[in-house]
Amino acid sequence: MNKEQRQAFQEVMEKYDERVERNLTRFPERRSVFYTASKAEVNRLYTPLDVEELDVIEDIGVPGSYPFTRGVQPNMYRGRLWTMRMYAGFATAEESNKRYKFLLDQGQSGLSVAFDLPTQIGYDSDHVLAEGEVGKVGVAIDSLKDMETLFDGIPLDKVSTSMTINAPASILLAMYIAVGEKQGVPKAKLRGTIQNDILKEYIARGTYIFPTDPSMRLITDIFAYCSKEVPSWNTISISGYHIREAGSTAAQEVGFTLADGIAYVEAALEAGLEIDSFAPRLSFFFNAHNDLLEEVAKFRAARRLWARIMKERFGAKDPKSMMMKFHTQTGGSTLTAQQTENNIVRVAIQTLAAVLGGTQSLHTNSKDEALALPTEESVQTALRTQQIVAYESGVTNTVDPLAGSYYIEAKTKEIEDEAMDYIQRIDDMGGAPRAIDAGFIQREIMDAAYRYQVDIEKGDNIVVGVNKYHVDEPSPKGLLRVDLSVGESQKAKLKALREERDNEAVDAALEKLRVVCQGDENVMPAIIEAVKTYATLGEIADVMRDVFGEYQQSVII
Amino acid sequence: MERPIRVLVAKPGLDGHDRGAKVIARALRDAGMEVIYTGLRQTPEQIVAAAVQEDVEVVAVSILSGAHATLLPRIKSLLKEEGADDMLFVAGGVIPDEDIVFLKENGVAAVFTPGTPTTEAVSFIKENVKK
Amino acid sequence: MADNVKVWQDRRKIAQMITTVENALPGHEEILQDIYKKTGQAYIIGITGPPGAGKSSLTDALSRVYIDMGKRVGVIAIDPTSPFSGGSILGDRIRMNELSTHPQMFIRSMGTRGQLGGLSAATHSAVMVLDACGADILFIETVGVGQSEVEIVKLADTVLMVMVPGLGDDIQTMKAGIMEIGDVFAINKSDLPGADRTKIELEAMLSFLPPKEWRPPVRMVSATEKEGLKELVEAIDEHRTFQEKNKRLEERRKRNVQEALLAILRDKMVARVTSDDRYKRLLEEMVKKEIDPYEAARQLMQK
Repeated sequence: MNKEQRQAFQEVMEKYDERVERNLTRFPERRSVFYTASKAEVNRLYTPLDVEELDVIEDIGVPGSYPFTRGVQPNMYRGRLWTMRMYAGFATAEESNKRYKFLLDQGQSGLSVAFDLPTQIGYDSDHVLAEGEVGKVGVAIDSLKDMETLFDGIPLDKVSTSMTINAPASILLAMYIAVGEKQGVPKAKLRGTIQNDILKEYIARGTYIFPTDPSMRLITDIFAYCSKEVPSWNTISISGYHIREAGSTAAQEVGFTLADGIAYVEAALEAGLEIDSFAPRLSFFFNAHNDLLEEVAKFRAARRLWARIMKERFGAKDPKSMMMKFHTQTGGSTLTAQQTENNIVRVAIQTLAAVLGGTQSLHTNSKDEALALPTEESVQTALRTQQIVAYESGVTNTVDPLAGSYYIEAKTKEIEDEAMDYIQRIDDMGGAPRAIDAGFIQREIMDAAYRYQVDIEKGDNIVVGVNKYHVDEPSPKGLLRVDLSVGESQKAKLKALREERDNEAVDAALEKLRVVCQGDENVMPAIIEAVKTYATLGEIADVMRDVFGEYQQSVII
Repeated sequence: MERPIRVLVAKPGLDGHDRGAKVIARALRDAGMEVIYTGLRQTPEQIVAAAVQEDVEVVAVSILSGAHATLLPRIKSLLKEEGADDMLFVAGGVIPDEDIVFLKENGVAAVFTPGTPTTEAVSFIKENVKK
Repeated sequence: MADNVKVWQDRRKIAQMITTVENALPGHEEILQDIYKKTGQAYIIGITGPPGAGKSSLTDALSRVYIDMGKRVGVIAIDPTSPFSGGSILGDRIRMNELSTHPQMFIRSMGTRGQLGGLSAATHSAVMVLDACGADILFIETVGVGQSEVEIVKLADTVLMVMVPGLGDDIQTMKAGIMEIGDVFAINKSDLPGADRTKIELEAMLSFLPPKEWRPPVRMVSATEKEGLKELVEAIDEHRTFQEKNKRLEERRKRNVQEALLAILRDKMVARVTSDDRYKRLLEEMVKKEIDPYEAARQLMQK
């Protein structure tokens, strides 16, 4: 706007404001202040005046170019749709294998493996803490044997596999490499992602094993190994998803996730890696919540901020290093146990948010997940939701269709600024690991979570079917039940394995691993050797626990 | 000054999602209770040992991993062994209705599923605690 | 009752006795009368220091050392109560979960509940129960921020002050009164950068205190890395031996007993006086300025 236009517009706005104010005395608005789901104040109207400071090239630009506000590819979904990836994994490797084959038949384009909690924390199924947990929230993997079963009949050079595994990511990746080898697939042809984001485990998700420093070393060892040996593998998925699930705001989700990302980059640089050698393989994982427009702005803000950090702070040269690619999952904590059909609608809105925000892949939650693991039927509806958005809604026909909206652009900037502010505060504390040790991040999230809960109970936040439009309903039927015998069968398999494998080879491989852990050699080759002898996940993790120690949880409530 | 109700808030099992446990801990504190928080990855033995030593009136556990059918009855039977089954035992988490029936038969006084207002848990405790 | 209190293994019983004496419930006097003669066996260690110093982790680590020596260990962990709701979140057990089930260990959390004098009386009563029930070592752990916490720590035979590197200027500004109560100093998280500097600063600080026969030693320790624990326990033992030799322990305990007696007296007198019919009337008269507080007190003290 030039000067005269601006003045004319300001006059128009003044009149508008007057008129609204006059009306308010007779017809007050539904509430005195309007907020987003993250409790950020929302104006009545957004206008060109709210986006004046934005530069159309520097800040917004075009898709596929720095700062990637509008997306990482030039033509986005006109070329290829996002990967529809459903997180799944049940009980035993056999059952999960069946589910994967079903999903591949249904048109899903990538696998996503959920592991049970003992696996995620590096315990074998016969460990005392595994009692009642085996096969509950995902598949139980005790050794390479289980991994071979899991991918039986699935050629690893034809699929991309995402594994939600963090503390023992090195061990599961080693098993995947070993399965590929048995199938005759070279390492270089393996495609997929390991989550491998330990910092958010300390912050929000809780499946940590080792203390901060050795955990960071394991991560950089994986970066270094994969950049040479498994070049198509995404070595980390820096996750805001769980931070949001723990109750953070949208801006905190961006700020804390990017602060974690910065910590990984710094650790890798310190380990002697060159920025453009590993940065293109960093990927992110975000949450899609109900507040559609705030979420779209969040994704755009995250992309822009990361691009700027990579270029300006770390001096990346390769545009691929500056591109934030991310996976999205719809927000599990938004699902209600009441009137579960309503969840289908929530997931549809969240799907739109992720797609309008330019996600690279998406998992949609199933309607019954506030009650139990999803049934096959509800998983199908969730996948169909993505397909309807992809093929029927029309939002995929043009790139970043919400760009230029005064609200979206103003909100994008606001979230970027707030996230940057958090990053600066965390930098001042010495980076994310120290801010976590001090409990700063956990406390900020907990305060937001509690505020949100209090607002729901006061009726300031409405959750349909919960604190408004509640009905009495019969309990839902036909939920998926996990067979309790899984634990027993895994135990039996372990016992047989320990009898039939070459235990001398196992001991030798574990001893070798111990020496490597004590020194500073890359741990990956020794872990791969150990899994090939059929040393179990728990045995390998125990060696590492012994050398590295265990993380002490924070006392932030 | 009236003696505050003492509540143990614990997370049995391995799941690390402690948002619910922490939110309820804060809500109970704000309702004037004394909350002993023991954090993640607690075995039934540890939970019961803590409940006994702390001499709480209420044992509240949060569990989302699906291991409730195994772990909660175990906690109840250990409480009995310690002569502490007069403690009010409540649970929260992702627990299907069919299981709630089973858990109630096995000594869990109330189960709070996602979406339950914290005020409901607070008043349940206030009304049912044995002083 | 008297026979039961000896039984360290009866967790439920001990815990219920603590509840009774802590809250001055009916029967608390009988319990305390009953156990009083059996107290004095345990050695009491107060642990305090600024928030975030890792006091709970250190208490846990030290407890393990004593357990390995075959000792029975009791811990009383005190956290502040919210002045707004009267509720509190007591989270110190998080650091001691593994020891929860150990037969030689007993851990109890307490809220300060805003009852200034009452807190040290309540803590002292809880200490007496654990002492009489067979504890060899008793830790009283509390955040060293306020005066009431300092009072509680005075119940101890040895006060261990826990510091961390990086407090920097905080050490300079810490109230001298708080520094003075430390008998042994530990710099926890000694693996963090700046630990050596903190030690030097702390020793310099301590050298400015008025000279005493016992010069508080400063030990480097890492609770999480399990380093320096033996040396810290040795320092505590040295302090114990020093006090035992010089009858200091006796004097100290006499002082503590006196504190306890005074606390009970205060509680009882306040209770008696405030339940007196004249109490309200005199208050009213004070509001109306018909009488001054000294005169009111004098009248109330008259039988």
